[in-house]
Amino acid sequence: MNGNNILTVYVKELRDSLRDRRTLMSVIIIPAIVMPLLFFGVTKVMTTVMSRAQEEIPSVAILGGSDSPGIVSALKQSAKLRIVSAPVDWKQAISDKKLRAAVEIPDGFEAGLKVGSAPEVRIYNYSGELKSDFAARTVERFLTDLREQTVSDRLAERGLAKTMARPFEFQRQNVAPPEKVGGNLFGGIVPYVIIILCFSGAMYPAMDLTAGEKERGTMETLLCSPVARVDIVLGKFLMVLTGSLGAICITLFSMGLTATVGGSFLMGGGRFAVKAGAAAATAKARGVAMPTIDPLGLIGVLAMVIPVAVLFAAIAFTVALFAKSYKEAQSYLAPMMIVVILPAVIGILPGIELDTKLALVPLLNLSLVCKEMLSGVWHWNYIALIFASSCVYAAAALSLAVKMFNREDVIFRA
Amino acid sequence: MIEAHNLTKTFKDKKRGQIHAVDGVSFRAEPGRIYGLLGANGAGKTTTLRMLATLLQPTTGTATVAGFDVATQAQQVRAHVGFLAASTALYGRLTAREMITYFGKLNGLGNAEIKARLARLATELDMHEFLDRRCDKFSTGMKQKTSIARTLIHDPAVMIFDEPTLGLDVMTARSIVRFVRECRNQGKTVIYSTHVMSEVEKLCDTIGVIHGGKLCAEGTLAELRAKHGEQDLEEVFVKIIGAEDQK
Ligand SMILES: Nc1ncnc2c1ncn2[C@@H]1O[C@H](COP(=O)(O)OP(=O)(O)O)[C@@H](O)[C@H]1O
Ligand SMILES: [Mg+2]
Repeated sequence: MNGNNILTVYVKELRDSLRDRRTLMSVIIIPAIVMPLLFFGVTKVMTTVMSRAQEEIPSVAILGGSDSPGIVSALKQSAKLRIVSAPVDWKQAISDKKLRAAVEIPDGFEAGLKVGSAPEVRIYNYSGELKSDFAARTVERFLTDLREQTVSDRLAERGLAKTMARPFEFQRQNVAPPEKVGGNLFGGIVPYVIIILCFSGAMYPAMDLTAGEKERGTMETLLCSPVARVDIVLGKFLMVLTGSLGAICITLFSMGLTATVGGSFLMGGGRFAVKAGAAAATAKARGVAMPTIDPLGLIGVLAMVIPVAVLFAAIAFTVALFAKSYKEAQSYLAPMMIVVILPAVIGILPGIELDTKLALVPLLNLSLVCKEMLSGVWHWNYIALIFASSCVYAAAALSLAVKMFNREDVIFRA
Repeated sequence: MIEAHNLTKTFKDKKRGQIHAVDGVSFRAEPGRIYGLLGANGAGKTTTLRMLATLLQPTTGTATVAGFDVATQAQQVRAHVGFLAASTALYGRLTAREMITYFGKLNGLGNAEIKARLARLATELDMHEFLDRRCDKFSTGMKQKTSIARTLIHDPAVMIFDEPTLGLDVMTARSIVRFVRECRNQGKTVIYSTHVMSEVEKLCDTIGVIHGGKLCAEGTLAELRAKHGEQDLEEVFVKIIGAEDQK
């Protein structure tokens, strides 16, 4: 091994790659735009959809209720509901989104109320449809209020205290730090995106530096030089690693920038985690999860990603080395992308938490630990275990790459 | 100086089974002379030359190039060899200067030395006007000149040419032939593979005919003509091959 030669090969490959449009796309341009797109896209869509659904006063039809004028007029007076006359085919109208929900007041409802056994009121809605669900919830809240009003009226009639029917109150309070609230939603997607970009950043240089060189006939030229094979592999490998890490650094940078600029832009002042508390809380109150990112988490992610980038670079390099042409290499590596995405997707699933076994599963461990770190949770023993195991996998993959490069049946495959 | 003893190369191929690409080839190429390896497509020329350039390991047999063993001293061998083949291409996204400088560095030359040698080669080969242009925009002639400069940047004692005129136009091919002769005149050991009879007649001091991986005739042009009683090299070649196939 000769450091000078490795450097010579690396510098040449770097210069060469910087002139390759495909590599530039995958290493610089895509990582730079994907995060802002994701952030602005997802947040913007979520915010608009949610607030539009909440701001809309849902149209609700009353079915029946001709002998219960009290509840009908109360419904009509509610500012949160727009009571419309029921169309004949009201079920179809709900499906067609002309009507958000319908509330059925059974015959003899108020009469039954007086004697103490009122029949059941029914709410009809299109379950799963956001605005219809909101309408149903509004009607529910209205009915709950009406029921409580009825109870307290009755208590007052009999001269009893309100606390008879409501002996205590309760309230739900959030103890998760605001980073965790945002981190769980956004933090789930971020490792996934990082893993994909880390692989695609390695993929194009790897193909270009191996199969691409074979295809263009420069591999043989290079092998004629007196440099040891191991130096050539390491120089090339460093370039592939640069592609992978370059993609990650650009992603993280653009993510940080987006979170800073985008946070204050979209939410009115949601800087990094430091100032994000209040913003996240108000956002939460409005039913919108504001993505906030812990900058320390970003640094942690970067550190954890390095051995995985080495692993990806070595694997992509080895696989592409077998191919005789760029196209063939692509046909090997594209399916690998799916293999790579799978553990990342599993990591997003709710309820999967890190344990010692999962910490040894490559990629899944990264995905899980990134999620934790981005939400401000640091399990140092897992972090150490994951980092060490990733390093072992990376070293194994790299030594395989060197071995393969020394095999003439791989380099001169007929 | 190149000495090959009983060089053999066997490939394992899924469809064709074992292929004896090179089968017991022995010969000797001397400094200041051009050794021509004449053979049809698939005869085993490229495989032989790749073994001499240490790109492939011989299955059995040995060879020394410039005094170094191809199996055990591969790096030293490569440091003393210039290898030019139809299949050794240029980096399209590098300029000619970058390309040649890169190979100078890979050969362990210092920056000043590379600069001086590059300037001399560029003048000799008349490359100055395209030296700083990217190789993928070159004509075949410009590419060939750049490749020649690449093989010569470390001034190797042994030059290996594997069908270097393949696919080139007449003028470019002629300039290659002229350049090969120049290498001989400088006292380098030259080995030149081809399937073109006229090139052999013009260039080679010694001719080895290779067929089915075996070296089946060897000698100067005059010796081969006399032995087979034909003036035309093509006829000589056909006779040699025919005799080999009858065995
Ligand atoms: N890497 C390889 N794997 C399998 N067979 C090969 C390989 N390289 C060459 N061959 C076979 O070896 C024989 C000799 O090939 P080659 O040396 O390229 O001949 P030439 O250069 O004279 O045309 C051919 O039959 C060819 O198909
Ligand atoms: Mg050949």
